[in-house]
Amino acid sequence: MSKFKKGGKKAVPAGSTSSLSDIVFMLLFFFMVTTQMRETENKVQVKLPEASEVAKLERKDLSSYINIGSPVRHLQAQYGTDSRIQLNDSFKTVDDIRDFIAAERDAMSEADRQFMTVSIRADENVRMGIVTDVKQELRRCSALKIMYAARKVTEE
Amino acid sequence: MASKKTPEINSSSTADIAFLLLCYFLMTTTMGSQAGLQRRLPPMPDPNQKVEDQKVNRRNIFIVRINSSDRLLAGSEAIDVSQLKEKTKEFLSNPNNDPNLPEKSEVDIEGFGKYMVSKGVISLQNDRGTSYQAYIAVQNELVKAVNELRDEFAYNNYGKRYASLSEEKQEIVRKAIPQNISEAEPKDITKK
Repeated sequence: MSKFKKGGKKAVPAGSTSSLSDIVFMLLFFFMVTTQMRETENKVQVKLPEASEVAKLERKDLSSYINIGSPVRHLQAQYGTDSRIQLNDSFKTVDDIRDFIAAERDAMSEADRQFMTVSIRADENVRMGIVTDVKQELRRCSALKIMYAARKVTEE
Repeated sequence: MASKKTPEINSSSTADIAFLLLCYFLMTTTMGSQAGLQRRLPPMPDPNQKVEDQKVNRRNIFIVRINSSDRLLAGSEAIDVSQLKEKTKEFLSNPNNDPNLPEKSEVDIEGFGKYMVSKGVISLQNDRGTSYQAYIAVQNELVKAVNELRDEFAYNNYGKRYASLSEEKQEIVRKAIPQNISEAEPKDITKK
């Protein structure tokens, strides 16, 4: 009188995989919505410093970026390891910032110009000398709204 | 005529296609949340204009200096970054009306009434050799001090944190506790 049958081999029905594609599509949509394409290739290494009190930039379209850091590895043979400024797609000097800001201003509509923010994305190891030069040049171009880009860390 | 059923289309490959797309977006994504410390630079003084010294009372100014080896000098004493927040809060709030700490002036804030607003200004000075990391750490501490004071003010008056107040009330809090951080003209603070 056995309750358990022995030997009766039942085939496990194949799991339906039709929902798999739905899940993957959902993930896909998530990444499609959150993604933004990298417009420019980074030529300098930028590891942002950490800060806990960061505020989010409201209007991404109104910001222009100034990258400061040492060139990426494969360009170091050509440009050395000293900190450089990257505007758009190439290495520039402090004097080029004026033209860069003027070009960025022209690209914006009249009403938005006053809200233009310059985001300084500097590597945590650069010296303040170069950042100060950039800041002075920005003051000369009267681009006064700036932001020091930083990584958000939460403390305890 | 015998009705023929349309054969089911094998859909197992859609998952593969979707995976491929997913991988593409995973690789190109930057998750770019642009965040940082926002500042307003002072406008460049007119070179033709004669520079007149802004007369700021000594007690109203709090000088924070960072030297080329990232050491910190706040007021007249060398301190660590971790102490800076408390010192700044003490300076800005001046709870006991200490004559060495900044004076307050009564300001009529619209929608709130009269409030004693501190006249204190924090002046941040740095050396060319200061590392950016140290500079941001100091900036962060200063902002944190102001934010905590704002939170306290908001909590005492509205029973809520600053961030959860309405836009008009935030404006009032901002007026009551201003964020006066001046990034002065670059100076060579190393003595040679």
